[in-house]
Amino acid sequence: MADISQVKRSPIPWLSPVTLVRAVIILTVLLAWQVMAISGLFYSDVVPTLQKIGTALVKLLSHVDFYWNLWATAQEIAVGLVIGGLLGLVAGLVVGANQFIAKAFEPYLYYLGPTPKIIFFPVMIMWFGTGAGSKIAMGVVSCFFPIALNIAAGMREIDKVLIKVGESFRANQWQMALKIYLPAMRHPIINGMRLGLGVALIGTLLAETKISNRGIGFLVIQAYANFDMPGMYAILIVLFVLAIGANTLVARLGGLDNIKQK
Amino acid sequence: MAAPGTQRWLPTAVGVSSIVFILAVVEGLIRVGLINRFIVPLPSEVIASFGRVIFEENILRRFLLTAWECLASGLLLTAFGVAIGVLLHQVKLFRLACETWVAAFASAPLVLAYPLFLVLFGRSSMTIIMLAFISGLPPVILKTIEGMSATRRVLVNVGLSFKLTPAQQFWKIYFPSALPTIFVGIRLGLIFALINVVGVEFLINFGGLGQLINDLAERYDLPGTYAAICFVILVSVIFFATTERVERWLTSAR
Repeated sequence: MADISQVKRSPIPWLSPVTLVRAVIILTVLLAWQVMAISGLFYSDVVPTLQKIGTALVKLLSHVDFYWNLWATAQEIAVGLVIGGLLGLVAGLVVGANQFIAKAFEPYLYYLGPTPKIIFFPVMIMWFGTGAGSKIAMGVVSCFFPIALNIAAGMREIDKVLIKVGESFRANQWQMALKIYLPAMRHPIINGMRLGLGVALIGTLLAETKISNRGIGFLVIQAYANFDMPGMYAILIVLFVLAIGANTLVARLGGLDNIKQK
Repeated sequence: MAAPGTQRWLPTAVGVSSIVFILAVVEGLIRVGLINRFIVPLPSEVIASFGRVIFEENILRRFLLTAWECLASGLLLTAFGVAIGVLLHQVKLFRLACETWVAAFASAPLVLAYPLFLVLFGRSSMTIIMLAFISGLPPVILKTIEGMSATRRVLVNVGLSFKLTPAQQFWKIYFPSALPTIFVGIRLGLIFALINVVGVEFLINFGGLGQLINDLAERYDLPGTYAAICFVILVSVIFFATTERVERWLTSAR
């Protein structure tokens, strides 16, 4: 049936059939949206015209408040990712290195990983207050599990020859970790960080929508409270672009794209 | 040397006893006043409040509502996800144009759009179902494409030698061959759906188990809140383990 290698390639990349199909899809969606907005079938506040969304987008991006809130969210996510990443790294190394510990504790990591982390938010508020601390804690709880599980799995997949080389040089535990395990596990670590970043972002932003007075989550819920629908669409568009961009960037930096192509 | 049976159960016993030990330490620290009991309730109080939470807070009705929302979003994402995946597999140009978009869509924090869905669908189960459906859609689409593409060439050739129509080729060859991989996608989609259902219930204070946690936290019923969190964890673990078993069964059947 479908053999994607058979699609003809245009000498001009931006004129390829794929690019044209993409352009047609985007234009169709935009046109359909505009028709819905001006048809009168929907509330104009709920489905605003593209001009209104565009204006809101320009207004959002030209306002200093947006960057201040973006910075606040970025800080919370970064701190959460660093703490959760380090804890996940240690937990992953310990679980991955010892079969007995893995059998004893990995099922808890494995089964707690997919639980909805937002349910821990009331507990985080009790422990860390309503400020940035509880949002950072949500980021930590969210990203800990995928990072720990990825590192534990990566640890088990390290080439045994590399470990033998380290042992033959009589490397101590610390040297083994720094010279053998960590370099050999670059891709699982980056993959774990990529997954961790995604869930830390969601955990932090959702926490901001619940109780906060700053951050992008706060801006989303403010737009909802003020029924500023073009503003909400604008924030969500920027947020999705940033999240997808960050995810792609981490994957590229870690060379994950190259692995997939091989 | 330990017997094989002991070797199998020893790690599990160590894991369980470690948790019991940690809970006992926390209980002791709270009782001597080193941990504030108005922030962390006594583990014994949490265990004792399970009965109260189950019977006084209508946990069965809440569980059924959450299960219904998961089921509805699961049915939607299965129907639409598999159909879109099949379409993208069949029309190669669409696949090349859209597959990267679907993957990018998967990394977007779609659940953040819940205020938008509140405006569109109101504070109702529909908001929760639609958000869970959209969040769980990308893995189903991607895994359907993957499963269909991985159909062995020899099976396709057997179908061609029997002069099967494209519809027969799909139902007799491609779909049965791709089913285990499609189920992996559906399972991932259902996990995303469950996470989003409980998360949005908590955030909009509506519905089943998610709302229960929010309710109890707002009443400052700490043992109840912790017990409800434990219950949600238990439900998601059972759900995750069950779908995993089905996935293994399907994979081994291939």
